[in-house]
Amino acid sequence: MGNTAIVRAMAVTGTRVVTAYPGSPTPEIAEAISRIPAPERPFHFEFSTNEKVATEVAFGASINGHLSCVFFKSVGLNVAADTFVQLSMMELAGGMVIVMGDDPGCNSSQNEQDNRHIARLAYTPIWEPMDPQEVHDMYLEAAAWSQKMRMPVILRLSTHVCHAKMRVRSDAYTPQPLDPTPRFDAAAGPYLPITKLVAPLKRRALEKLEKTREQAEATPFTRVIPGAPGTGLGLITAGLPTASVLEVLSTVEAPPDVLRLGLVHPLPARAIADFLRTHGEVKILEELDDFLEQGIVQIAYREGISCRIRGKEDLEAWIGEYTPPKVRAILHATWPGLVSATPPGGPATPAAGDDGPTPRAPQMCPGCGHRSAFHAVAQALADDDITVADIGCHTLGFMPPYNMGQVLLCMGASPGISAGLSLFQKSRRVVAFIGDSTFFHAGVPGVINALFNRHDFTLIVMENGTTAMTGHQDHAGSGANFNGPVQSMSIRDLLVSMGATVREVDTYAQGRLTQLVREANEAGGFQVVIARHPCMLAHMRRESRKPGHVRRQVRILKDRCDQQHVCVMRFGCPSFFLEPDGGVHVNEDLCIGDGSCLQTCPSKAIAPPAAREDS
Amino acid sequence: MTHTTQIYMIGVGGQGIGLLSEVLAHAGDLAGLEIRAVDTHGLAQRGGSVESFLRVGTRVFSPLVAPHDADLVIALERTEALRGLVHYARRGGRLVWYETTWQPLAVRLGREPLVETAQILERARALDVTAYPVHVDGLPDPRMQNVAVLATIAGLGWIPGVGVDHFRRALTDLVPPKAAAANLALFDAVSSALPSPVDPAK
Ligand SMILES: Cc1ncc(C[n+]2csc(CCOP(=O)(O)OP(=O)(O)O)c2C)c(N)n1
Repeated sequence: MGNTAIVRAMAVTGTRVVTAYPGSPTPEIAEAISRIPAPERPFHFEFSTNEKVATEVAFGASINGHLSCVFFKSVGLNVAADTFVQLSMMELAGGMVIVMGDDPGCNSSQNEQDNRHIARLAYTPIWEPMDPQEVHDMYLEAAAWSQKMRMPVILRLSTHVCHAKMRVRSDAYTPQPLDPTPRFDAAAGPYLPITKLVAPLKRRALEKLEKTREQAEATPFTRVIPGAPGTGLGLITAGLPTASVLEVLSTVEAPPDVLRLGLVHPLPARAIADFLRTHGEVKILEELDDFLEQGIVQIAYREGISCRIRGKEDLEAWIGEYTPPKVRAILHATWPGLVSATPPGGPATPAAGDDGPTPRAPQMCPGCGHRSAFHAVAQALADDDITVADIGCHTLGFMPPYNMGQVLLCMGASPGISAGLSLFQKSRRVVAFIGDSTFFHAGVPGVINALFNRHDFTLIVMENGTTAMTGHQDHAGSGANFNGPVQSMSIRDLLVSMGATVREVDTYAQGRLTQLVREANEAGGFQVVIARHPCMLAHMRRESRKPGHVRRQVRILKDRCDQQHVCVMRFGCPSFFLEPDGGVHVNEDLCIGDGSCLQTCPSKAIAPPAAREDS
Repeated sequence: MTHTTQIYMIGVGGQGIGLLSEVLAHAGDLAGLEIRAVDTHGLAQRGGSVESFLRVGTRVFSPLVAPHDADLVIALERTEALRGLVHYARRGGRLVWYETTWQPLAVRLGREPLVETAQILERARALDVTAYPVHVDGLPDPRMQNVAVLATIAGLGWIPGVGVDHFRRALTDLVPPKAAAANLALFDAVSSALPSPVDPAK
């Protein structure tokens, strides 16, 4: 996997410090790191509180002489940006590689932002691999250049590069002993970008970037893949779309030449100018925004090249992942005579008739404490109260049957949004949700603001002890970090020390939770309810590995069940199946025997969890 | 032109499609073929549809399989089998699925009927797709459903160039040692009790 190959490259390059905040498509990098037993791990790794802190830790390590790496998902850059934009002005003595996992196609993100733009804003080079082998190889290049030039270098991955699998070659390496000497040297900077000192630092950053252009020209990753002779047509691409382009062109009789770029910033101006000069018409094929197009058109204009350059020709070209079918459609629209609309010999099957079953959306797991919380909170709210979601598993509460969470922006935004919604009005109570990892990540400033500026809403902290949605990474409240147990930080105590009024309850005590939310709403002002229950997916995974683990499940008492369907339709645990005769059946592969459903049945027709018959 | 087998896998988050795709990819690798694979991760882990793509052949660039272009659709659940068939199977392709059901939300809310096996078979016939439901009675652990599916594909010879031994070794390499014996026994029982491999040219 791309996410595994990169860990090998970290080891090979002698990367000493790796930091991150979890976010798809990158968490598997940490999973690969965790598979190296701690004593053999050649670097320090940590999940930091958020992407900004992670970037700062990696920066600090680098100016002490250690090669460092920080990785995060696309939108993580927004959080890290204030720190990130300074990096190119700093002498990064040890080198620093920033790995960004963009998500074209929004497989698991709240937008599909194109992080290449940060390269221009922050004068930072970007490498773009197309597959796991290149992830490995380009990390080596990026790290070496970063060390040599003492500048930050970005390796930009995308979802299907991170998660792609193939056999990857890597040279044997001998681990080098760590030199722990703190080599920070203030004189090597300056490291203080203040007013008049900034201009020389900025100049130096621009000079380094210009030097990097030579590398962009010279690297073998920037190369022309020859097509059929004499077409006069050319194609410029980079990153994952390269694989799609090669796939599509492998079925084309007279393919155009392809110029594939290893670095997308700074652009190899000579290689591009040569390519433009030798082709009558060149198509730029890039995922998301017209980043390359702007740079390439600029080169053509400056050099007075008269090649016909074709970039994005409609809005759809800005949206979604450049899969082989998408690339085929674009190339067909560009050169209909050259590239057919469908591959030769297929795809044979235009969907006849219906579109298949309704999409199956993700949902909260059986036993999830968030489900109990939504079920209980729903009963404390008036119809037109406003519910504000945040990012995490609990975001799924927006779906039926809960319909809770009507607005969502990004991590940690719910307290701020709610403060704004509550201004000038008392008629519609505003209720915000936030997860515990998110609370630490970016939620705290919004909470402080709510107290400081005396805002008027109820905040429900969905405390499950882990960063669940991204795969159960520990956070400051988990009682452990990546490297071992630590004292857990109490969200309740933090809130109390800030001066908040806090109510707390385990979410399985649904009636009590309903009552606490009612009380909070009636009290008015800023009120916090901590709705706590450990993540049951993580819990069950741990439990099921223990010897002698007994699988338990609840059962429907058919003689008591009068088919009100609260369990299946309102509480909505996925273990409840609706039978054709209107009865309810408990699926034994799904039910974990948590029993949180018992209290939801008005006819008391759910029997308490008991050991499964076959266990 | 060289042949690449395009495989599309689909299941419900939690069914363990990851291990299945891992074993298939490893088997292809053991058979000396080039492989490109990719799973969907992230959000989809939580009870939504999860898909996985695998391309096995001699000259492969992209890991993605195009809609209506899969030679082989593998599903771990009945509703997902119909979904995979409709969206990904190519005309004349193949479908194998495990006969179990995880009711989707719309069914549980009483808004839609559950997909019936007959619907899948009928749809497969219309698309000239060979369909093969798998079910093993009394599996001690639902996670073993994957192995039953794997053994079926192996026994039918549905990935050209990859033999039963490759699958078996891949399984041995990737299943946790504790569970190996039970899984291999199931693999052998299922793969040997199937009709002899179908000629890939058909
Ligand atoms: C800036 C940013 N970083 C990372 C993510 C990825 N992400 C999505 S959900 C999530 C987990 C939130 O965990 P928590 O708040 O504890 O909620 P839970 O999933 O446990 O309910 C993360 C980190 C993101 N969307 N935005």
